[in-house]
Amino acid sequence: MKPPPFRYHAPRTLEEALDVLAADPSAKVLAGGQSLVPLLNMRLAAPSALVDINRVAGLDVLRVRDDGVRVGALARHARVERSAEAGAVQPLLRLALRHVAHPVIRNRGTVVGSLAHADPAAELPAVLALVGGTVEVASAAGRRTVRADAFFRGPLEPALEPGDLAVSAFFPALPPRTGAAFAETSRRHGDYALAGAAATVALDRDLRVTSARAAYLGVAATPLVLDLTGAAGPAGDWAAASAHVLERVEPEADIHASADYRRHLTGVLTARVLRAAAAGALRDLRKAEGC
Amino acid sequence: MGTRVFGEPVRRREDARLLTGRGRFLDDLGRDALAAAFVRSPHAHARVLDIDVMDALDVDGLVAVYTSEDLPGGVGEPLPLLIPHPALTHGRTAYPLARGIVRHVGEPVAMVVARDRYLAEDAAERVRVEYETLPAVVGIEAATRAEHLVHDDVPGNVGAVLVQETGDAAAAVDAAPHRLEFRLSIERSASTPLEGRGVYARWDADDGSLRVYTSTQASTGVRAAIAARLGLPNGKVEVIAPDVGGGFGVKIVHPWPEEVLVPWAARLLGREVKWAEDRREHFVSAAHERGQVQDVRVGFDGEGRVLGLDVRIRHDHGAYTPYGIIVPIVTSTQLLGPYRIGAYRAEVTSLYTNTVMVTPYRGAGRPQGVFCMERTMDRIARHLGLDRADVRAANLIQPDEFPYDQGLTFQDGRPLVYDSGDYPELLRRARELVGWDGFEADRAAAASRGRRVGVGIGIYVEGTGVGPYEGGHVEIDTAGRVHVSTGLTSQGQSHETVFAQIAAAELGVPLADVRVTTGDTRRFGYAVGTFASRAAVMSGNAIALACRKVRAKALRIAGEALEADPGDLDIADGVVHVKGDPSASLPLRTVAVLSNPLRYAFDAETAAATQFATGRPVTEPPVAPGDEPGLEGRDYYSPVRSTFAAGAHAAVVEVDPDTAEIAILRYVVVHDCGRLVNPMVVEGQIHGGVAQGVGGALYERMVYDGSGQLLNASFMDFLMPYATEVPRIETDHLETPSPLNPLGVKGAGEAGVIPVSAVIASAVEDAEGIRIDAMPLSPDDLFALRRQVESAGGVASAGMGERGACDLGGGAGGVASAGISERGASDPGGGAGGVASAGISERGASNPGGGAGGVARGAGDLQPRQRVDDNAVAARQRRNRDTSG
Repeated sequence: MKPPPFRYHAPRTLEEALDVLAADPSAKVLAGGQSLVPLLNMRLAAPSALVDINRVAGLDVLRVRDDGVRVGALARHARVERSAEAGAVQPLLRLALRHVAHPVIRNRGTVVGSLAHADPAAELPAVLALVGGTVEVASAAGRRTVRADAFFRGPLEPALEPGDLAVSAFFPALPPRTGAAFAETSRRHGDYALAGAAATVALDRDLRVTSARAAYLGVAATPLVLDLTGAAGPAGDWAAASAHVLERVEPEADIHASADYRRHLTGVLTARVLRAAAAGALRDLRKAEGC
Repeated sequence: MGTRVFGEPVRRREDARLLTGRGRFLDDLGRDALAAAFVRSPHAHARVLDIDVMDALDVDGLVAVYTSEDLPGGVGEPLPLLIPHPALTHGRTAYPLARGIVRHVGEPVAMVVARDRYLAEDAAERVRVEYETLPAVVGIEAATRAEHLVHDDVPGNVGAVLVQETGDAAAAVDAAPHRLEFRLSIERSASTPLEGRGVYARWDADDGSLRVYTSTQASTGVRAAIAARLGLPNGKVEVIAPDVGGGFGVKIVHPWPEEVLVPWAARLLGREVKWAEDRREHFVSAAHERGQVQDVRVGFDGEGRVLGLDVRIRHDHGAYTPYGIIVPIVTSTQLLGPYRIGAYRAEVTSLYTNTVMVTPYRGAGRPQGVFCMERTMDRIARHLGLDRADVRAANLIQPDEFPYDQGLTFQDGRPLVYDSGDYPELLRRARELVGWDGFEADRAAAASRGRRVGVGIGIYVEGTGVGPYEGGHVEIDTAGRVHVSTGLTSQGQSHETVFAQIAAAELGVPLADVRVTTGDTRRFGYAVGTFASRAAVMSGNAIALACRKVRAKALRIAGEALEADPGDLDIADGVVHVKGDPSASLPLRTVAVLSNPLRYAFDAETAAATQFATGRPVTEPPVAPGDEPGLEGRDYYSPVRSTFAAGAHAAVVEVDPDTAEIAILRYVVVHDCGRLVNPMVVEGQIHGGVAQGVGGALYERMVYDGSGQLLNASFMDFLMPYATEVPRIETDHLETPSPLNPLGVKGAGEAGVIPVSAVIASAVEDAEGIRIDAMPLSPDDLFALRRQVESAGGVASAGMGERGACDLGGGAGGVASAGISERGASDPGGGAGGVASAGISERGASNPGGGAGGVARGAGDLQPRQRVDDNAVAARQRRNRDTSG
């Protein structure tokens, strides 16, 4: 449980970091290290170098505006989780983050690091995918913005090329008259979920469902987003939506859960998060109307 | 003094050191030592054809690489079979480094020594081993089929067949008015102490002596083993167990290959060498336990009294049997528990498999035995339509039947005779504490809210304090400090506190003056070890007896000085005084000075003991014949047989009708370990044991694939429960002193873990109406059981129908239905869906994620009478809030 040899860089500026990354295609970026360091210690990863970005100025932003939340590469889970402003603009951040491992891990681990790790069982990729967020990627060659649906290419396979650094992620705000919910089932508190779901439901003034969408973790190779508006219908038939989802998920078995059980959980969680999201939308609507 | 120390909840004296990071664990020592790492087999069963170390030699910092061929004489021979037994006809042990064949993934093949552990692992990775793989025998069924053999010369993979019996069980079953026959199984788990194993050795070439620190439960045993293997006299080997971060049984095994090889390498290289095990190594190369399949035949009368019990047990022993068949012996004897069984026969077949070997883990075969007996009691109750607790009561040994001879032979080779106890009272208290008799109302109330709860109960007897002996040494120095030492080791049991309590009480000294040393052969050379809940019984009594010797000597010397009859003297607060005359007194530190006639004074105190100051008669020798200098004493405690503790546990569980998650709402322990030295320490032992029991019941398993790879060899996938998974534990103590030892104490170390799987199985079965025959039970397992019952149209089908309704309950009315909406808003993840969350919406808001948390939240609703339980729920909610910022 000791890592194989690697070079270590601790750049002070973004330019320096990008130069180092450009010069060494098999270098890995170290931010919170909560996934990378165990992989190194178990010798499951053997990068030539670690580029420790913890001293790079300007990467620790957490900027909350009406249109959404921008989270820099050094913003820790705990900081985002505790930000009331971020939670008000995009409640799913907070709802999901409390399921990410344990407080000590959230104190070190970063939101962008979790996205860049692209574990299909992780919470934040599903949230980014559901809300249509983006990842800002920089390299020595320039910057680009990658949409969530293009960012998660496969399990542990983000749309990052050698030399790339994910510098921030943007989570758009929850639209008006929309509620959000997150739920997962895990074996122990803080474990990766056996299955998890995030949902948003939007209502019109007549309390008809205008949008019902859900994203799933732990049941597919990448975060799975399903538009359930049609299946649920304007009256919000969550049973029908659940049935619709069961037709469309093909989870895999592992040592903790059979595929059948995961699929079953997906249905249970679908109904729960849609119902809860609808309730949130209803609250939002009533608040807006002052009743 | 004046305050009572024996029996008081004195705070642990080791905590300040351990909790502030000042513990000295194995890997805290030997910072400059060379590091060892091991090349371990990646195959479960293979022939080792060739080992090529050339690549490893390129690693800068490499010091040595050893394979089996390099090991001389005793060092390379198979490890000892520690506990031989006539039934163990085919005992087999491993070589320290594999010779020719490997029999489980993780078996050591080569040892690398390098400047540090990083480099040692780099080098180990470069050692090329060529294997010819052989078919692996994995699991009890494959071992039974014996299409392939683990050891060529062990037919049928059978290491031992052990039979324990009283009467003609088969005939008794056949003749009984009622009979049942069924199969039970328990999966593997393991001790998994948070600190792995580790050894650090220093060779003193000039002195020809070896000092070894090892994370062990038996330092004297390790010393004897090292001395024998390395050809050294015992006196030239010192073995010290430093602070040990848990053992739970796995560290009683000795010598581990590493405990031989690391000291050997240190001597050969003339350098300090250390090996600190990592977590993956521990999973694949230490030891596991628990795996058994039990075929039960039971005959009983109309009141549920067992007339005959005939059990065939197949025990998965892994690849080797260095610790003998202790686990099968314990299972087959302790299975009887607190019950008077008509005729009994247990036949245990111990089977080799190509997996990590099996040696005792806290409970040591008892959890399996108790699972068997308690599941049997529940089966009988269901068959007869009787209350499960009543059936148990009908079978209990009564308080006036002690000593009670079960007619079997226990793990110490002595008759299985229970010394004392009050089992009906244990059961009565557990029933009362858990609310057994009012539970149907609770169940109905829960059901009306769509929630599914159940209650379970289990009773056990635990043989503790097995011999052959332990010793204690007590010395009072001239500063009045009391130094207590005993040879057995500590792994967190609070020995520094409880042994000091015993000494302080016996001697009449302040607790603060007592210092305790354990597991250090420099201080005490004769010992057996810390296992089988024996430390308090064995060393506790030995220390008490040694203290009594010291006390008698102190009174004699003080009597001479005070010109008083020793019988008129007492000791309080470290001062000897004449009873009724506190002014005529002498501090123990002065008695210590007087106990040692001196020629040389080095301070004012010792000047009083010199030859011109004592005033002793010149006609007598300064040290009287038969006397010894110094205020010290040594004594041993060696019991005729074990003493038997007992307890009753009960639990209320809730199962989620939708997700099949299982939450323990309440856990109750009524426990009897004789006289309590420190109730707080006993409760701590119980809590830790229950936590491990919960792990074994609901979370932990060793997932081997068909080729013998352990698929979950990390704490990410081996699900040791967190604090969040362990319920609050309500305890009650009963004290029936043991008549066998001076202190009247019994062991408590394993009490918490023993019946947990049985109790949880009983409770889940009660909640679900589905028979539970195998543990552990995961939500996935329960989901599969529900499906099976559903498709068979079985007993739980009605419940499954309800589930469908409540699962999707929001649908029918749509979102405009305010009632449904608001419930949902507060608790999207919640327990049993919308229905169950009703009425707890505000609480739910703090924890929308639900899962187990969602289920457990409801405990307050379920048990409004239980104030403490509400507090526990509130605490859990606070915790949830804390983690969510």
